[in-house]
Amino acid sequence: MKKKFNYLLLLACTVFINVVAFAQERLPLSDKPEMAVGMRANGKIYVVVAVLVTILAGVVLYLVNLDRKIRQLEKSTGTP
Amino acid sequence: MKLGRDWWKIACVIMLLYTFIGGFLGGVPAKPILNETIRNLYFHVVMWFSMMVFFTVSVVYSIKYLRSGKISDDIHAVEFANCGLLFAVLGLVTGAIWAKYAWGKAWSNDPKQLGAAIATLIYFAYLVLRNSMTDLDKRARIGAVYNIFAFAMLFPTLWIIPRLVESLHPGGMGNPAFDTKFIDSRMRVILWFGAFPGWTLLGIWITSLRIRLSKIAEKKFSFS
Repeated sequence: MKKKFNYLLLLACTVFINVVAFAQERLPLSDKPEMAVGMRANGKIYVVVAVLVTILAGVVLYLVNLDRKIRQLEKSTGTP
Repeated sequence: MKLGRDWWKIACVIMLLYTFIGGFLGGVPAKPILNETIRNLYFHVVMWFSMMVFFTVSVVYSIKYLRSGKISDDIHAVEFANCGLLFAVLGLVTGAIWAKYAWGKAWSNDPKQLGAAIATLIYFAYLVLRNSMTDLDKRARIGAVYNIFAFAMLFPTLWIIPRLVESLHPGGMGNPAFDTKFIDSRMRVILWFGAFPGWTLLGIWITSLRIRLSKIAEKKFSFS
């Protein structure tokens, strides 16, 4: 019984989401609510930011890894 | 990573993140010709600022070496010069890319371009001179003396001569490059609190790794 209820709830949710989506689609362009459009805002500059932050993260992770390896080497050779 | 020991590496990452995010999303003054490329200030220009720091540290260690004779000072001097050269080459290449789209030509024999190229070559000569000698002490001593002469040429070629003549770079004919005509306070905050310390610390981080590797290699050499 409970399982059936869950299915019904899920169905209701999907239908509701669809209704909301259709309602948004039907709105004329000028009435569209101003929403954060994330990665497409401002001439897609956020995409460039994401790319650069990814590159920075890669370089930093590489350096951290190198740092750790050199520290192990220092320990094994007894270099201060 | 330990906070007490590596706090400056964490600070470096935070400042670079601030530069990359704030540098692209923050406001910049609208200028003709430059348009959005003015954001290169956080990247291209900072390469040269950081390079100045590394070459200055390098010459300080060279003087220290001449006074102390410790091989560790020589390792510091050469590795900071190496890192300065990396940033100088990056500065030249990024400058050429920027010049292509702002001035029309990648290389237009601008006095600052020529000065930067000369300074870079002088420092490459430092590495060539060092590596041409096999005797460790002689190499370190002659290298240290040459490094002082190279440093003496650095400021004339990059700061003094380009300011005495007409230049495409801002700062020609004796004007300071960073007055309110060129950048505003929004850019200045990111430049001095994000880009400059962030990139400089990244260079110091890379240099510190190379110094530690050199010391391990040196130790291994002297015992075998």
